[in-house]
Amino acid sequence: MKTSTFARHLREGVKNLGRNGWMTFASISAVTITLLILGVFLLLAMNIQHLVQTVEKQVEIRVSLDVTADQATAKKVESELKKLPDAAEVKYVPKAEGLQNLKKSFGEKGALFNGLEKENPLPDSFIVKAKTPQQTGALAQKIQNIDGVKKVNYAEQTTKKLFAVTDVVRFVIVAFIIALAFTAMFLIANTIKLTIVARRREIEIMKLVGATNGFIRWPFFVEGALMGIIGAIFPIVILTVGYGYLIDFVERQLALYFLDLLPMSPLAFQISLILLGIGAFIGIWGSLMSVRRFLRI
Amino acid sequence: MYLIEMQDVWKTYPNGTVALQGIDVHIKDGEFVYVVGPSGAGKSTFIKLMYREEKSTKGQIVINGSHINRLKERHIPYMRRKIGVVFQDFKLLPKLTVYENVAFAMEVIEASKKQIKPRVMEVLELVRLKHKARSLPEQLSGGEQQRVAIARAIVNNPDLIIADEPTGNLDPETSMDIMQTLLDINKRGTTIIMATHNKEIVNSVRKRVIAIEAGRIVRDEQRGEYGYED
Repeated sequence: MKTSTFARHLREGVKNLGRNGWMTFASISAVTITLLILGVFLLLAMNIQHLVQTVEKQVEIRVSLDVTADQATAKKVESELKKLPDAAEVKYVPKAEGLQNLKKSFGEKGALFNGLEKENPLPDSFIVKAKTPQQTGALAQKIQNIDGVKKVNYAEQTTKKLFAVTDVVRFVIVAFIIALAFTAMFLIANTIKLTIVARRREIEIMKLVGATNGFIRWPFFVEGALMGIIGAIFPIVILTVGYGYLIDFVERQLALYFLDLLPMSPLAFQISLILLGIGAFIGIWGSLMSVRRFLRI
Repeated sequence: MYLIEMQDVWKTYPNGTVALQGIDVHIKDGEFVYVVGPSGAGKSTFIKLMYREEKSTKGQIVINGSHINRLKERHIPYMRRKIGVVFQDFKLLPKLTVYENVAFAMEVIEASKKQIKPRVMEVLELVRLKHKARSLPEQLSGGEQQRVAIARAIVNNPDLIIADEPTGNLDPETSMDIMQTLLDINKRGTTIIMATHNKEIVNSVRKRVIAIEAGRIVRDEQRGEYGYED
């Protein structure tokens, strides 16, 4: 395509926004409202996902050796554990450290364990984390088979329940987002369709004077993209400003330190990018779908 | 050399209506041809076949050496650039000025700005509307609007102009004026095919007449007459 032709398409696309004033306004409003709802939901979903991940990450496997196992056995087991492809993190807890931890967990009564240092009844152990929390069960099975490992512990029942819940939460979130995105696309495509029906004549004339389908589509493509992008700006501003206030409110006013919201800095950027992308996509998709019907003249 | 050749052309619409049956016609380069006949006889279909708004169900149509029924969908636009079409209802874009309406046809074929301006002014002068270049269609009379449509049809130097009832919405005096414009264009060598109900014009400006009734050519005469009473 010649650059002058491309410039013409851009110019026409921008001009058309003005020429079809009210219809443009209607389409942009439709994009704005649906993206606003979608954005609120995305923020919610991303924070829930974050929360779920935080909980899941706490799932770990405790691997104990025999009490009598020596340093060499511990080294051997450690290297075996590190070879496992699903293990993300292997931490060696020597028996002395294990005793320290035990004491600490008993607080003031920890003194009860004083004097055990010489005859430490605890075994050397490892704490292993799986690459994805869902692999924990399978990984525990494999570790059980390693020579020198005496006992493998992980909160089996709790973990299973936790994953059952988090899987449902994820499914619901994804289903909601897809449903919402589709609703948005059809709503917007319909609004744009109305604007194009009014321009049937223009397309008909373009075809009669020998315009190729590509030539006819380009300005609509530009117009759709612009409507989507303009429609995304308002929701982006509202959502980032609103989220900023929310973080501030939760942290300062409520002091809910356990409610760990995602920080503003990458999230605002991600949400803006997602909304711009979705906006442009549905704008383009909507206008190209609608123009397609009239190209068969 | 023929510009248009049709051999045993049939057209049946999807709803079963047979619009044309066994049309054979040859039109030479530079001719001026009237197409006449009662409403619904098949005139419009006959004309639409030539620029592939409709496709024939049977038979062959050769325009300027190319079999237009065998054209691929994506080649149709290029074929249409060599044909100018003029309609009863002008088909101008109401939000564009006279100049823009004509320039539009050149933008579509990706002509450069440098080429567009002088050429558009040239054709507007030919149809005597240079002074109205900045007006909008609604500010013009019917005859002037039709002359803009004609300017748009000829701006890309087509081999053929197809006019479907170009005077259908105009008073007799304006109709003669449009006819004169078309004759001027014809004199420069462009072939013109004009479907019409205008008895006065056909009978006063004698040219070849093709009469279509019930989908068949019933008469094809050089310097023919209108031959109907409507």
